[in-house]
Amino acid sequence: MDLRYTEEEEHFRDELRSWLSSTLPDVPPLPADHTDLVARRAYDTAWQARLHEAGYAGIHWPAEFGGRGSTPTEHLIFLEETERAGAPYVGVNFVGQLHAGPTLIAEATDEQRATHLAPILRGDHVWCQGFSEPGAGSDLASLATRAVDDGDDYVVTGQKIWTSFAQVADYCELLVRTDTEVPKHKGITWIIMPMDLPGIEIRPIETALGSGEFAEMFLDEVRIPKVNRVGDENDGWRVTNVTFSFERGTAFISEVISSQRLLADLARVAQKVTRRSGTAWDDMGIRRELGVLDAELDALWSLTKRNVSQAQRTGSVGPGGSVFKLAYADVRKRMADLAEQILGRAGLAIGDTLDLSDMDHVAERLYTLTLTIAAGTSEIQRNIVGERLLGLPRGDR
Amino acid sequence: MDFELTEDQEALAEGVASLCAGRFGIEAVRAMEESGLDRGRWRELADTGVFSLCLAEADGGVGLGWAEAAVVFEQLGRRLVPGPLVATTLAAGLIEGAADGSVVVATVERTSGSANVEHAVWADVIVISDDEGLWSVPAEELVGTDARQPLDPLTPVRRIPGLPKGVRIADADAADEWRLHGSFLVAALQLGVAIGATELAVAYAKEREQFGQPIGRFQAVKHRCADMITRVEVLRAAVYAAGATLDGNGVGAPERSVGVAKILASTAAAACGKDCVQVHGGMGYTWEVDAHLYLKRAWAHDLAFADGDELAEDLAAGLVS
Ligand SMILES: Cc1cc2nc3c(=O)[nH]c(=O)nc-3n(C[C@H](O)[C@H](O)[C@H](O)COP(=O)(O)OP(=O)(O)OC[C@H]3O[C@@H](n4cnc5c(N)ncnc54)[C@H](O)[C@@H]3O)c2cc1C
Repeated sequence: MDLRYTEEEEHFRDELRSWLSSTLPDVPPLPADHTDLVARRAYDTAWQARLHEAGYAGIHWPAEFGGRGSTPTEHLIFLEETERAGAPYVGVNFVGQLHAGPTLIAEATDEQRATHLAPILRGDHVWCQGFSEPGAGSDLASLATRAVDDGDDYVVTGQKIWTSFAQVADYCELLVRTDTEVPKHKGITWIIMPMDLPGIEIRPIETALGSGEFAEMFLDEVRIPKVNRVGDENDGWRVTNVTFSFERGTAFISEVISSQRLLADLARVAQKVTRRSGTAWDDMGIRRELGVLDAELDALWSLTKRNVSQAQRTGSVGPGGSVFKLAYADVRKRMADLAEQILGRAGLAIGDTLDLSDMDHVAERLYTLTLTIAAGTSEIQRNIVGERLLGLPRGDR
Repeated sequence: MDFELTEDQEALAEGVASLCAGRFGIEAVRAMEESGLDRGRWRELADTGVFSLCLAEADGGVGLGWAEAAVVFEQLGRRLVPGPLVATTLAAGLIEGAADGSVVVATVERTSGSANVEHAVWADVIVISDDEGLWSVPAEELVGTDARQPLDPLTPVRRIPGLPKGVRIADADAADEWRLHGSFLVAALQLGVAIGATELAVAYAKEREQFGQPIGRFQAVKHRCADMITRVEVLRAAVYAAGATLDGNGVGAPERSVGVAKILASTAAAACGKDCVQVHGGMGYTWEVDAHLYLKRAWAHDLAFADGDELAEDLAAGLVS
């Protein structure tokens, strides 16, 4: 057990830091209108292109597929340093970078890899995830979007929902039902859907934050070539679990760092918010909760490192990813409660905290609501932890 | 960066786990409620090197690091091994006989007025810590009344009207270290207590049936157990990180990482103890089932060494400095 970084790892960090400090000054600020997804796409993909030019795209992808072939630890350092420096986040590229790309590397044909991996790394192609359906959320395997076999094509009809950034995506990792006669897990296929095919209709859904980043996707006899299938027909549930292992492995690493920045800012805000007498900071209960949350984020960073070390040895995080997500969501929700307590009336408007801070603690408070829902709800994570980690008997589903 | 235990550390943990399974089974431990500290078993701990683990080899110790101490104390906590384990370990090298188990050392932080001193009943020497240093007092000079019923039946308590001054045995810096290392070892014990409580609850959830099925199949029970192990794993990461940092194999200041571990330990262990009681239903409130012992030990440990609330305020101050 040695938490220090090796010489090579420190060297990697130094190089990255100096690249960041020379590059970030001329990165433009985030688009002012957070509901403008086209601007958001342009912004996020421009950053991806710069990462690519500098050799930092696909940091954890194998070199033979255009990645940097770095170790999980270097990936951790990359996420830590880019977040600390305030670099743009992966944004609309998250599906391509963090789970579709890695799934293709693990499961796709050479031809599919040749077509898709390089454009993902360059920021040319944006991907979205078409898994959830109105009738299939937590019970994802019950999905009903139907793919009918028609010569060289599948003809796909059905409805997807909560598809983040579908409006601006070029490709979709899509789950379809290819066999209705077998048990639900055995009739699913994982397929690449180009988003410009005829028959796809996208309707944005407004989030509780007032933004439109996810959407409904209606598929009406969309003709998808069979060569786009990843893995065998009806073997899609296994491929899906490969996707999940990537999705749950790294998705929240940089958020721990950004949460630490948010918490420090909240403490400074507390010193500025005046109350009938003194400031919010004079409230001992508030100070203690700030300290406890700081301790918990520190511990979560350690847990992240433990999970990364385990991935380095065994190739996967396993249920440790679920443990992390449960604990992280809890800490962030308590941070949100504390922000509410500290801000008082300054918390009554989104995007304007009465000049107390540049950070939007009110929007963050709303964002934390997604942490116990997206990428598998906390109830589902607890089932996973209880059954796979503790060996408790599987219940009814 | 490598956060996994080394093979040696794993072997050490297994060794201590099997010693505890053999010699500190729950019957043996609970027998000490009546008999008091079993000095024979205490010596066996000493012979395995528990008390001299972090003492330099030149001083007759085992010369291992705090990361190793963490995995050892985790096992001791998990088995509810009683006695002033932390104080005796800290006293090795400072008080003759502590390392070899012939002298049992308890500790208390100086307060004015009357005080409850844990383990005074079982100890030979009491070390009092304050801002000026460490002070030693023979246990028999700590005159007072032994509590008829201590909160934790395996953490005896003596009520004394006031602490004597004692003989100074170390300076203020040593007292700071005493506090730092003591807080760390208590956090490691708490990790073990949280693990033990979780294991007990999970085992019961698999075996106890209601409505024709094991209660662990009900989500209300399963999810409670999932929350227990989640607290355990976060705490484990914090404790191991603190151990590595104390050994100079970490990043950041040892005071901070020990503080983090101690803060998390105090909430996690007690919460797991309470959940363990709840999973056992009515049995959880009986003297017979061990659930209450985990909870009571967690509560008793929580008061030892650095105070969680003060540590939290220190961390908060760090956020704005
Ligand atoms: C911000 C955000 C972005 C998203 N992005 C995408 C995306 O890009 N692509 C995509 O495919 N999906 C996406 N999702 C969808 C997400 O994966 C689902 O919302 C999630 O899996 C839950 O499904 P559901 O919404 O149908 O809720 P339901 O499954 O209907 O759940 C409702 C409630 O019932 C509980 N519940 C359900 N089953 C059980 C059970 N067995 N035991 C206990 N409790 C249970 C749930 O925990 C929840 O509290 C996104 C969601 C959010 C919030």
